[in-house]
Amino acid sequence: MSKAMEPDLQTPLGRASGQPGKEWSHPSDNWLRGFVLDNRAALGTLGVFIVMMAVFMIANPTVFTTWYLYSSVLTTLPVALFVVVPLVFVVTCGEIDLSFPATMGFASWVFALVVQAGYDPFVGIAAALLTGTLLGFLVGSLVVYGGLSSLIATLGMNFLLRGLIQIINEGKSTALTGLNDSLAYKIFSSQVWGIPVQIFWAFAFVVLSAMLYNRHRFVQELNRSVAYVVFSALLYNRHRFGAQVKVVGDNPDSAKQMGIDVKRVRVKVFVFVGIGAAIAGTFSVMINFTWWPTAGDGYLLPVLASVFVGGTPTWGGIGTVVGGAIGAVTVSFIQTGVVAAGLSGFYVQFFNGLIIILSLLGHKWNQARYR
Amino acid sequence: MAERIIELRDIKKSYGQVYALGGVNLGVDRGEVVGLIGDNGAGKSTLIKILSGVVKPTSGEILVRGKPVTGWSAARSRDAGIETVFQDRALAVQQTIVRNIFMGRELTGFLGWLKVGKEIEQASRLMREIGFTSKVFTPHSIVGQLSGGERQGVAIARAIYKQAELIILDEPTTALSLTETAKVFHFVRQVRASGRSILFIGHNIHHVFDIADRFVVLDRGKVALTADRSEVKSAEDLINFMEDIAHPGGLPGLHEAGGAEQRA
Repeated sequence: MSKAMEPDLQTPLGRASGQPGKEWSHPSDNWLRGFVLDNRAALGTLGVFIVMMAVFMIANPTVFTTWYLYSSVLTTLPVALFVVVPLVFVVTCGEIDLSFPATMGFASWVFALVVQAGYDPFVGIAAALLTGTLLGFLVGSLVVYGGLSSLIATLGMNFLLRGLIQIINEGKSTALTGLNDSLAYKIFSSQVWGIPVQIFWAFAFVVLSAMLYNRHRFVQELNRSVAYVVFSALLYNRHRFGAQVKVVGDNPDSAKQMGIDVKRVRVKVFVFVGIGAAIAGTFSVMINFTWWPTAGDGYLLPVLASVFVGGTPTWGGIGTVVGGAIGAVTVSFIQTGVVAAGLSGFYVQFFNGLIIILSLLGHKWNQARYR
Repeated sequence: MAERIIELRDIKKSYGQVYALGGVNLGVDRGEVVGLIGDNGAGKSTLIKILSGVVKPTSGEILVRGKPVTGWSAARSRDAGIETVFQDRALAVQQTIVRNIFMGRELTGFLGWLKVGKEIEQASRLMREIGFTSKVFTPHSIVGQLSGGERQGVAIARAIYKQAELIILDEPTTALSLTETAKVFHFVRQVRASGRSILFIGHNIHHVFDIADRFVVLDRGKVALTADRSEVKSAEDLINFMEDIAHPGGLPGLHEAGGAEQRA
């Protein structure tokens, strides 16, 4: 049987095709089309954001053309960005982490204690990062090595850690009056040309994380163009970490069979959230010059909403860091926008929900068209 | 005598009280195609998982090129030049062909950053070599969009990337069309011609008989028969032997007694 088949096999074995390099041509090899296909979730989120802002601007043109509005959003937005981005990794890995608000509170508490004790804020930042890393490792190990459901286990850890903070502090806040004279404050929390400097750090964080995560091919097409140097650094590079996170979230059994240490990858994403939450918590303290025992609590739902509004699906394996970042921008503009557009504060939750549902429907439609 | 790529000595594996493997000895030489056959539940899958490092044996010894190994794992197995094409293909279906080919073995440079350009180049070359390519697909195509045969192609491309010395094919022809099956056979012959080895696991005894140099029949966790190609006259011999071990009393009237069991 097989002998009779063999002559036919010479053709598919490629020797007959004779035009090397042409074999992989595909309609989507056009770089612009490829770029759109690869980034349709992020671009969809950008579309939602632009439409939303247009509606706000039409509703109240005067408020939305003043810089103050944007400046206030840009001050608080970075705090969310530092947790949204690592959460995209967690969700891609097929897990969820609801413990980040408590980690924010815990790490920033350590920061506040160190600064209050008279040490340089840089020491405080290092201590907060270390705390975040350790807490992330603790939560990750509990989920991965304890074999627990991440949804429930991280929710429990959130209550547990927040409870610890409350017990020890008995609800008392810590004021950090000397902070605004320090070098760390100038670097991380002041203003440059009227722009809150946090946003630059958050932007750098998003770009670096996108490099860790992304799959981008269109720079392949830009090889010969001037833009190559700039874009290759930003988009072409990606990291083994992101690749393994996606494979583990997609099919953990296959990843294991191919020799990937699935458990270690899973713990790493929780550690990443811990680090992000520590930065976020520290930044929120630097904005207010005060640490509250509730620091971070309000971020739980907006941050989760941002991840999914950004176009990362719930089932794992795929996602978008840039989309998540745009989602965070969208979510943080809803509240400001609704109030500034002249509606009462009672409308905020309604619009939050509306944007989330519309985005999900949009992403669903967007994926169904091409997949 | 040819070099032993891998040898299993008295491998036992139990899940609780149940023995999946009760002391298996199996070796694969360089350049040979070993056909592993056995009924459902004979322990074929467990044996493959042990060879590929996914499952650790309860007891027994694994020797790679004559040397006993410790800390056997999936990563160690692949480092030792053993590649497995699993029955379920072990693919991540939402990822691209490139990402699947380099799964667990990403080409990285400075600080773990991927060498994407090199990966794409290698992936294109591999897919061309395998001949499973269709012009509609690029290395960036999502594996979920491919047909069963094309997915098999991706899994095989992954297995041959590093010039593996032993390729384990677990039920490679299941759910494939006739032409796709023929491609797999052609691939097996190519690999043997290049002096590397294959462990071919199959349900279809005719397929295994056509391709293998040596047959190993597994039955209820033990090797029931090892026979060279020259010792077995036809696929019917093997089938008869397997029916005999499955029903030791024989199923009268179904067939005449085969010759294989006398040699065992």
